[in-house]
Amino acid sequence: MSHEIEIVSKSPKEFAYAKKKSAEAMRNQVTAFAIMIFFTFIAFALVMAGFSPTLVVPVILLLAVVQVILQLYFFMHWSEKGHGIPQFFMYSGALVAFTMVLAFVTIIWWE
Amino acid sequence: MSSVATKKKGLGAHIWDYITTVDHKKIAHLYLVAGTLFFVIGGIEAMLIRIQLAKPDNDFLSAGLFNEVMTMHGTTMIFLAAMPLVFAFMNAIVPLQIGARDVAFPFLNSLGFWLFLFGGVFLNLSWFFTGAPDAGWTSYASLSLMSPGHGIDFYALGLQISGAGTLISGINFLVTIINMRAPGMTYMRMPLFTWTAFVASALILFAFPPLTIGLFFMIFDRMFSGNFFVHTMGGNTIIWEHLFWIFGHPEVYILILPAFGIFSEIFATFSRKRLFGYPSMVFATILIGFLGFMVWAHHMFTVGLGPTANAIFSVATMAIAVPTGMKIFNWLMTMWGGSIKITTPMLYALGFIPSFVAGGVTGIMQASAPLDYQLHDSYFIVAHFHYVIVGGVVLALFAGAHYYWPIMFNQMLNETLGKITFVFFFVGFHLTFFLQHFLGLMGMPRRVAVFKAGQGLDLFNFISTIGAFLMAIGVIILVINVIITAIKGVPAGRDPWEDGRTLEWAIPQPIPFYNFKQTPLIRGLDPYWIEKMDGNKEGMLYAEPLSDIHMPNNSFIPVVMSFGFFVAAFGAMFHQETSWGLYVLIGGLAITALGMIYRSVKDDHGYYIKKEDLLDDKGGKH
Repeated sequence: MSHEIEIVSKSPKEFAYAKKKSAEAMRNQVTAFAIMIFFTFIAFALVMAGFSPTLVVPVILLLAVVQVILQLYFFMHWSEKGHGIPQFFMYSGALVAFTMVLAFVTIIWWE
Repeated sequence: MSSVATKKKGLGAHIWDYITTVDHKKIAHLYLVAGTLFFVIGGIEAMLIRIQLAKPDNDFLSAGLFNEVMTMHGTTMIFLAAMPLVFAFMNAIVPLQIGARDVAFPFLNSLGFWLFLFGGVFLNLSWFFTGAPDAGWTSYASLSLMSPGHGIDFYALGLQISGAGTLISGINFLVTIINMRAPGMTYMRMPLFTWTAFVASALILFAFPPLTIGLFFMIFDRMFSGNFFVHTMGGNTIIWEHLFWIFGHPEVYILILPAFGIFSEIFATFSRKRLFGYPSMVFATILIGFLGFMVWAHHMFTVGLGPTANAIFSVATMAIAVPTGMKIFNWLMTMWGGSIKITTPMLYALGFIPSFVAGGVTGIMQASAPLDYQLHDSYFIVAHFHYVIVGGVVLALFAGAHYYWPIMFNQMLNETLGKITFVFFFVGFHLTFFLQHFLGLMGMPRRVAVFKAGQGLDLFNFISTIGAFLMAIGVIILVINVIITAIKGVPAGRDPWEDGRTLEWAIPQPIPFYNFKQTPLIRGLDPYWIEKMDGNKEGMLYAEPLSDIHMPNNSFIPVVMSFGFFVAAFGAMFHQETSWGLYVLIGGLAITALGMIYRSVKDDHGYYIKKEDLLDDKGGKH
């Protein structure tokens, strides 16, 4: 861990590559954003149209799950390299929480 | 500070240095001292319990006082003695084992310690107010809500504060182990103590939030007119049990996993062999950590969750025996064919295997729900958890103290006294707790202040008390050993056990405050052993040229922030009966907030040790 400051300028090729990468990331983010707005619209429309709750609730939950995934992968950059450990911990946290909720609603408070 | 540190300082300057330190080695000393203090307090409480139960119909302690002593013994030993002592070794060893100059967040490390200490002191101050908590260390809600006085308030607030400190430290170690390993130190080259510290920290991350929620519910119910656990108001008293054990079961693995880590290092070192089945040890550690979250309801078989829940949690509990068994066999295989040296740490490690297996086997017995209906709340349970916690965790802490003393203090504890300590403690431990299995099977319930004469319980209880005194003698000899060693002050030097395998033994003694002049390069598991075998006198290869080292500044803010919570806790406790309580609560939180604001607003970039100073120290080389 050396702390002498070094300034490295990018070669034209590296610069072009970085530009292409960030353009790609931008496109992904805008697409994800559009999809999310669309999902929100669907959710509102379902409720406004007066469908029965047995349909509306699962559909909204499903949309929510997809939105969380989009949020994590595109807005919080999980799709890029070097996020393995945070992903692992988030997944195991979700798994532990899910198991507990599952245990409560199935075998502990099932009546 | 590099050259200033070597100058003679007054006592006051030393104390100020320790109060404001952010150095992981000094924080380890603080954890060790504070943990030992609480260990002694908890030990005295244990002696009082055993004196009371030495003979039938004893009136040494009144029933109410017995409940307080029994509760404080459990709470102190788990939260204020075992946890900080485990953290002492994690702080002292983990950064050195992975080739790091400090933990990832030195400031948070200090904050974690001071939160723990203020929480622990707060909890123990209960003795001087209206009495200590008296609902057992589990503090089940319906009972603890009915407890008069402020005892349970001290429990809930004190544990909330020290629990926050533990959570902060756990996150700190996760980040440290993920991000600060030296070049070449891949996950599968990490020493097993670092691995177990890593998994234990992950368990802290997932297990402490449920406790925080449970304690907040308790605080609101008792001090702010909440009704989370009051069934007449729509609450549910069982929620506390669930939240407590969702935390409580992983908690015992948080304690035992680093203990396993310490023993793994000791077995490999003193068998002078690579740890047998290293990948399976890592796998077993992770699996135990994972399964630890899936078994909490086995503490609640008799609550009435129904046969389905009991069956599932029964099977899940028994499954934990598999990875634990893997570990036991790996340790045996490590010794098999090794060139074993019986030192004090090795003696503890050898004593640990049969003791812990006995505790594990009784655990499997209790995992069977129908049998647990017989054993529940009897002395059999007391015997079981003392076998795993004393036979596992405490033996590991004593073994670790002897083994790592040269790393922490550059001195060797006396081996003869160490072995005498072991004999007294080990014999006393089995004498105390082995017979308690039978007391439980004969029907003696746990947590009783008196038992009647002529029920066949007299003799075993008396022998149990004798055993407790032998354990106390062992601890006293250990303290004498520490004092003698400190007075003699003979430097131990590098690798005093002569068989060190991992990186911490390769560092020249006394360990400089920046740990590594140059970040080491790791070529495999047991890096120091590899360099020894290659005839490298320096003990390590370097991954970088000598250059400036960035160090964090000391800080007094962690003490201020923790003190704020300490003050606020008194306010929360007295706000219902006094007019000033609310102001104290707000004032305390304001102190903490000011500390946080000061920390956020004022930039502290630390300082650099110049390359020239590093070279000047002792001519560049050690």
